[in-house]
This record gives sequence, C-alpha cells and structure tokens, in this order.
Amino acid sequence: MSLLEVADLRIRYARQGRLRATLRREPHDFEAVSGVSFQIDAGQTLGLVGESGSGKSTIARTLIGLKKPTSGSIRFEGQEISAASNREWSRLRRQMSMMWQDPVGSLSPRLTVGSLVTEPLRIHGRKGDRAEAERLLGLVGLPAEFISRYPHQLSGGQARRVGVARALALDPKLLIADEPTAGLDMSVQGEVLNLLNDVQKRTRVAVLVITHNLNLVRHVTDRMAIMYLGRFVEEGPTARIFEHARHPYTEALLSANPEPDPDARGDRVTLAGEVPSPVNRPSGCDFHPRCPWARPDCSVRVPERYPEGGRSHRCLFPL
Amino acid sequence: MATHATATATEEPLVAVEGLSVDFDTPRGTIQALRDIDLTVPKGKVLGIVGESGCGKSTLAYSLIGLLAENARVAGGAIRMGEHDLARLGAAGWRDLRGTRVAMIFQDPMTALNPVTTIGQQMLDIQYRDRISRSEKRARAVEFLEQVQIPDAASKLDAYPHQLSGGMRQRVCIAMALLTQPDLLIADEPTTALDATLEMQIVALLRELQQKFGCSVVFVSHHLGTVAELCDDVAVMYAGEVVERGSARSLFHDPQHPYTQALLDCDPARIKIATRTLPTIPGTLPDLRQPPRGCAFRARCPHAWGRCEREHPPLYPGAAGQRVRCHLSDPAEDAA
Repeated sequence: MSLLEVADLRIRYARQGRLRATLRREPHDFEAVSGVSFQIDAGQTLGLVGESGSGKSTIARTLIGLKKPTSGSIRFEGQEISAASNREWSRLRRQMSMMWQDPVGSLSPRLTVGSLVTEPLRIHGRKGDRAEAERLLGLVGLPAEFISRYPHQLSGGQARRVGVARALALDPKLLIADEPTAGLDMSVQGEVLNLLNDVQKRTRVAVLVITHNLNLVRHVTDRMAIMYLGRFVEEGPTARIFEHARHPYTEALLSANPEPDPDARGDRVTLAGEVPSPVNRPSGCDFHPRCPWARPDCSVRVPERYPEGGRSHRCLFPL
Repeated sequence: MATHATATATEEPLVAVEGLSVDFDTPRGTIQALRDIDLTVPKGKVLGIVGESGCGKSTLAYSLIGLLAENARVAGGAIRMGEHDLARLGAAGWRDLRGTRVAMIFQDPMTALNPVTTIGQQMLDIQYRDRISRSEKRARAVEFLEQVQIPDAASKLDAYPHQLSGGMRQRVCIAMALLTQPDLLIADEPTTALDATLEMQIVALLRELQQKFGCSVVFVSHHLGTVAELCDDVAVMYAGEVVERGSARSLFHDPQHPYTQALLDCDPARIKIATRTLPTIPGTLPDLRQPPRGCAFRARCPHAWGRCEREHPPLYPGAAGQRVRCHLSDPAEDAA
C-alpha cells in the first residue's frame, strides 16, 4: 500500500457564461482534471509538470481537501478521503501540508516569523512556544533572531524557508509543494531544493512537487507525470523520461528548457499555437492540433493510457 | 595595453552608455542602484542583460527609455544615442524619441495594455504622429499583427485585451513596439510571465523580427537559456555593476568572472547528471546604500584575496574580447 493512492480522479468546474451555454444547449461545466491516477510512497517524490491550465494546481487543492473531486478515489494511508468530513479533515491536515506558490504572499504580513512557523501547532492544540519556533527555524537553516522579523523584512529565499518550516511544523507524512522555486533567483532555487531533499532524507516525508520547470523535476523527483489539458500524457521514472521521452509534448517541454549555449540554437521543437481550452477539447488526441508529428488518425482516435514497463504514455504513435 | 578587440567596435554603436550611475533616494538612505555602467548597444544586434533580482538590470533598461521612477536620479555618466544624451533628456526631448526611436516591451502583457479599449484603438492611438488616414492606420495595424503571426489579424482589432491569451497579448505588445519602427527596442523580461512552450515561441519571433527590421534590441532576462538563444552580446550584472560583458559565445563557453561562472553553474539546465545537491551561491547581495569598497562580489567569491578588498577592479580586457571586472583577469596578476 502506498501512502497516497489516487485513482481515476476527475474534477469538474462550472464554466462562466451559463446563460449563453443554456441557450446554446452546451454543458455548464468542464473537466479540469480528467481521469488521473498515481501513487506516492513514503520518502518518495513525485513531480507534476504542466503549463498553466493543465490542472496540476487543481489536483493539489483537491488532495488537501480545498476542492471536492467530482469522481474517483483518493486514499491516504489506505483510507478513502475524497468525501471526508470537516472533522476528519482537521486530523488529515496534520499529516499533509502544503507549501503555497508565492513565498511572501502566503505569509501574513502582520505576524512575526516566530508566530508564523508555530501557527500550525497552535491551531492543532499543541504548544507553540519560542523553543518550538527556534527548533523549526533551525530545521530550515534560519538563525533564531529571525523569530521577531516580519515577512517584508525577508528575502524571497528566506520567506520560502519560513514556508517550508510552517509546512513541516506538524511532521506531515505528505508535503505538497506548489511551484516551490517560482520567483526565486537561480542561485537561491538550488538552496530551497537542497533543503527539501535534506528534510526528506531525515523525515522520509513523501513530496508532491508541482511545477512547470522541468530542470527542477530532474533533480528532485523520483517519478514524474506530465500533464496536458487535465490528463497525464506521460508518467514514469524521472530518469527514464529524460533519457527518452515517448510523448511529443514531453519532448517539446524538454526542449523548451534550453541549456544556455549559443551553439545549441535551432535544434529545438518549437510548438505552434497555444494550449486549447478544456471547455472545447480537440477531437481525438488532446495534443494533435499542436503536435509536430500528428497524423490523420490522431484527430479521430482518443489515445488511451499505454503502460510499458513501469511507465506509461498516451500517444498513438510514440517517439 | 589591449585594444578594443570586440567584433562590433568597427562600427559606431547605436547607443553608448558611458559611466552611468543612478541613485534612488529612499527614506532609509540613498541606494546606488547603478554604478559606473559602461556598455554599447551595437547597431542591428541583440544585447542581453543578465543578472539576479536587485542587480540593476531593469533600472538600466528603464533608464534607456527615460522611465525611471520619481525618486531616481542620474548621478553621473551619459547615455549617448546619436547627438542625444538620454541620461539628461527632458520631458519634451523624450516625447520626440519615445515611441519613435526607442520602444519597449514590458514584462507583464496582462497589464501593459489598456483593458477598456480595443486592441485596434490602441494601435491607432500610437500612430498619432502619422499624417495618414484612419483606414491606412488600420491597415498598418493589421499588417503588424500579421508580422507577429497573430491568426485572423483583422478580426483581432475589435477584441479587448482580456479576450486574448497571455501569449497573444505579448504578441500584440511586440507588434505595437515595432509599429513605430524604432532603432532601439527594449524588452524587459518579456517571456517571464509566459509558459515554457510560449516562451520559446516569443523568443523565436523576436529573433526573426529583429533580423527583418534590423533594429537593435536590449533583452533583459534572468533566464540564461533564452539569452543564449537570442543574444549576440551579453552583459552580466551584479550589485549595480557590469561584471562581465562580451559575445554570447565567449560568455557562455568561457566565463571569466567568478560570478558569471557561479551563475552558470547554478543553472539546472546545465547539469546533465541528476543530482540531489544543486550548486548555490552562498551569501547575499551587498547593501547598495554602502557598496563595499573593493570588489562587490568579494564576500561571496571563492577566489577572493587581499587585493579584492583594497582595490575596486576595473573592466580588464579578457582573452576572447570580453571585459571582466575581476583582478584575476588583470594581466599583471599573471606576471606576478
């Protein structure tokens, strides 16, 4: 049994302009996440990669109970949590925590660092004294004098560390990190990732990293899943996907993260067009209108999930 | 002494920044945001400006188009463009240059366009100088929307910005910047707000249009990959100074300044073998209210020695025509 097991998760959102949809006899909602399955084991890291609108943040919000799934199952330590009550959630949230995207914006500007990092302890009825605050700051490599500082006095990297300390306050079993390095300088990104790796080694926390940055995924995750329009187009061990991408979208994302070398110009797969809206999904394969290798079949047949030895993809004509 | 061995030195540059210093007055003291910047923007080339937050790259970009904040003050130096000194140009002077010879693409395409007027109206408005008819202006607007590869361009004139996606809006901004056929186009992190696959599209588009129109581009970015993709020359900034400049090839293949080397080492795109311990640059930026006396990077530099504390390094000429603000590149150090 894995720590977290998600099976055929579907999440629908109501769309805007319902009156117009009614008049045109169109559906009132659309599927933001469309049949996603994955597992995470203790001590393991899974990366969810995708561009805006791919549904990756929706999955995160659903996992910590901020959004109800439309269908599918989410099991945490073997227990079904997709329809958990508020009371059950208050227990569950001690075991799973979230690092929010904006490092400074996710911290209340009116609280000191000391009360920010111990706030989760107080909410869950534990003592959040100065000793605890010092211990938590020590865990993320911040000196004790930061206890009396306010968020606006922190740099992006320091604010991110406070976010990590908050997320770790209750010794969670699952940590969800939504774009943990967004908005941070390159020299600080490494610092935050090293910290996450270090914490994971010590506590065996399972981590779900949500990001659009493939370079990040390569160095911190064991497995990765690439999302497009609410589906996993490819999933498997990170090293093997980097070695040989099977789905053309994965390949395009890999080459959109160029190595800084002026001589490597030109040998890139640049995709035409933009991500279509999940309200009007393309026929056949979701990716076919932008796929450089699309064949006539791709606009007709919907590719299913093709498993192959520990990984899977959704492409009729894999690379 | 070494000569100016850059490939572009043969031709008169479009813009020459000479010893530019810019201060910001704040309640907590004067921040010396730019200190003694020397740079040239060659004609018809793309100059990349790279650095991390707080290094002054955006301040430099904004000073090239006269859009510095109210509390900014040019403390010294000049920005020469033809007969003009952009650093000392008044409001009237800027009205003649901005939007004709110098144009800019901003970071966030969501806020760069006016949300309450149509794309078409905004594209007509910026042609207020031209004595041509409204329908000719409209035709020009359509022509430039086609240049930036917006499908069904004519119909987009009646669209409001919110009806377009982020990538499309940035294309509209590029079309508007090029419409006036500027000599100098400043792009301040134009792809930061976009998704990865769109980012590469916009970079490819900028490259294509720059070659077609032959304008000079100053491309500000913290993303080394896109800079390598797009730029001919690159300047690396740290703590308000240019620490290294040269051709993109010399800079990315053979970085000389320890900061450039550290910055390249940190880029996870360069690390081919998966690792769980990524390189970082320990330490923090110096306080620019009191910039350190010697080398600004000294406190974080793995090679620093006594001289770095005593003496502020000038821009030494490097082996491949680049310029390096580091005593390690001093020919006299080799001899010693």
